[in-house]
Amino acid sequence: MSEQKDSDLEIKLQQRIKEVLGKSLHIRHVDSGSCNACDFEMNALSNPIYDIQRFGVDFVPSPRHADMLLVTGGVTRHLEEAVRKTYNAAANPKIVLAVGTCACGGGMAGQTYAGNGGVDKILPVAVYIPGCPPRPQALLEGILRALDQYEDRGESNES
Amino acid sequence: MLKNKKLFLTRIKQQLGEKILSFTIRQPNETEIVVKKDQLAEVCRFLCQEKEGRLFTMVGSDEREFAGSFVLYYVFSFDETQQFITVKTMTPEEDSTFPSLAAEFPALNWYEREVKDLLGLRPQGHPDLRPLILHGDWPEEIHPLRKEFDVSQNAPRVKSRESFMQYEGDEVTEIPVGPIHAGIIEPGHFRFGAVGDTVLYLDARLFFTHRGLEKASEGMPLSKALFLAERICGVCALSHAVSFAQAVEAAAAVEIPLRAKYLRTLFLELERLYNHIGDVGNICAGFGFAVGVSQGTILREELLMLNERIAGHRYLRGIVDLGGVRFDIAHPDYADILSTLNKIEIGFTELVDILLSHDIAVDRMSKTGILTLKQANDLEVVGVAARASGRNIDIRRDQPYAAYDKVSFTVPVYTEGDVLARIRVRIDEVFQSISIIRQIFIQMPTGDVSVGLPPISPYARGMGWVESSKGETVHWLMTGPNETVERYRVRSATYSNWPAVALAVPGNIVPDFPLINKSFELCYACCDR
Repeated sequence: MSEQKDSDLEIKLQQRIKEVLGKSLHIRHVDSGSCNACDFEMNALSNPIYDIQRFGVDFVPSPRHADMLLVTGGVTRHLEEAVRKTYNAAANPKIVLAVGTCACGGGMAGQTYAGNGGVDKILPVAVYIPGCPPRPQALLEGILRALDQYEDRGESNES
Repeated sequence: MLKNKKLFLTRIKQQLGEKILSFTIRQPNETEIVVKKDQLAEVCRFLCQEKEGRLFTMVGSDEREFAGSFVLYYVFSFDETQQFITVKTMTPEEDSTFPSLAAEFPALNWYEREVKDLLGLRPQGHPDLRPLILHGDWPEEIHPLRKEFDVSQNAPRVKSRESFMQYEGDEVTEIPVGPIHAGIIEPGHFRFGAVGDTVLYLDARLFFTHRGLEKASEGMPLSKALFLAERICGVCALSHAVSFAQAVEAAAAVEIPLRAKYLRTLFLELERLYNHIGDVGNICAGFGFAVGVSQGTILREELLMLNERIAGHRYLRGIVDLGGVRFDIAHPDYADILSTLNKIEIGFTELVDILLSHDIAVDRMSKTGILTLKQANDLEVVGVAARASGRNIDIRRDQPYAAYDKVSFTVPVYTEGDVLARIRVRIDEVFQSISIIRQIFIQMPTGDVSVGLPPISPYARGMGWVESSKGETVHWLMTGPNETVERYRVRSATYSNWPAVALAVPGNIVPDFPLINKSFELCYACCDR
């Protein structure tokens, strides 16, 4: 796998990160109550096989450093406040991706006493990446799409 | 063996005498004892202390509609005779209390608090009645598992009742961490009381990912609830699916075809493999051993890709069916699995050699995060953590399911109880899993891979269990009318093991917490549901 050439998707991702952000893309992951499958797929992006760092993508430890939030899970009641705080802590311009079926629309559990049933119930979502969980390639595709929207927002992004 | 079982049960019946209201053998492997609430403590004490039963799960259930009361089930496993004994007691709505046994059986601590939160039954005499499943801003008088509560009902937020361990003294620093952490990991909130670098006490606020899945399953057709079960946890997806299917099959009294049993065993071991190998790599991240982390993630990824080629899903969802498995595999798949495993075995051996011959790595792991056998027994710890502390349990061997009684394997047990012992258990089990899979391909018979289920009567009960990579996972199910779920209780390995982490951390330095935590490798999603 590692001997293979970069796919078209990967080449395009690298190009667009340069064009849109100048240098690199910093992503912050937020678990809003996922089953952890989406989180593990996101983790896989950093393994030596996908090695997303070679395109200039970094998962950062603080929302303060992030250009983009990847949110997994359907936002549980117990995490709602933490998700809002994380969003507010990220600097503008910022963009939110709903990762996985639960984040996109609640998934199997749906809206319950314990969960909101989707990230867009509490945050503006720019890109939805469905899948249970989405494969690493789908995550790359989603990030690429988000870059287009990120470019459109530019300096005008509001809090 | 059969004679032993009979003798075992007859003796228990005799010894309990008039302390019990009834004694019923419900299944060949399950006996139900009904007791009055005031005899609960004595009967449980007898089963645990004199008969060496271990707490398997405890379930609270709202059965007012059809049985006129709330019901509590305490299930004990007797590994030697391969029996389960359920102690059942009732409590009417007017007297919504039950005697707490948590002070005597620490393992019951969380179960009792969960019953209080979700059903509103008060465990009298419980030493720690802080909210558990529902956080402190949930109204104290609303209980989601009561039948009159609608699953989509939203409760207002009230003034928080959360409280944490308080410290006195100038030298003690309180370090709050989470629920959102620095890495791509699951949410939990920890409070360390530390003096300098040394942890005095660890308090935790968990259940951030509580999604109300058990409530959401109520009234759901069994066939649909299977998909919900698969989504309790990502990396234990198959373990949950098999546990749920086994619970349904037990309620329906159905035996699945032998080939399906082997296929379930095969996939369960593939699940264990990608988890154990990934976890060994992850533990290396706890002390910055980058070569171990990279090697672990490469091998794990190869196994996930294998899963996708064979089963169409990297995390093995969509394989299990009620009554068997959804598809068969053929000879090209056999060859693919075996050749991939040969590669994995070589790569993993190399990783283990590098890791265990590295003095600094071994030094960081040994004597770090010790869990004693006494602590493990008191808390009824399961899985890798149990076996690393000298607690010799493995539900694959002790209460066999799927085809585990057909294959041979050893259960590694270490006594040190530290991070090194926990990583060693995983390492040994990886080689055992590979061996189990090789045996499966030699033994597996041809034939059907699923069988239709007969109609299941309402209020039938069944239990399913799996030794997931984290430890034993138990699903307790009661069916409702028209083959739906009436009550579904999932007790994951993490639920049993998290309280042990809080005991293993004090005395260690704060920077070792991530390492100790990773060595238990608990899934919050499994625990919180």
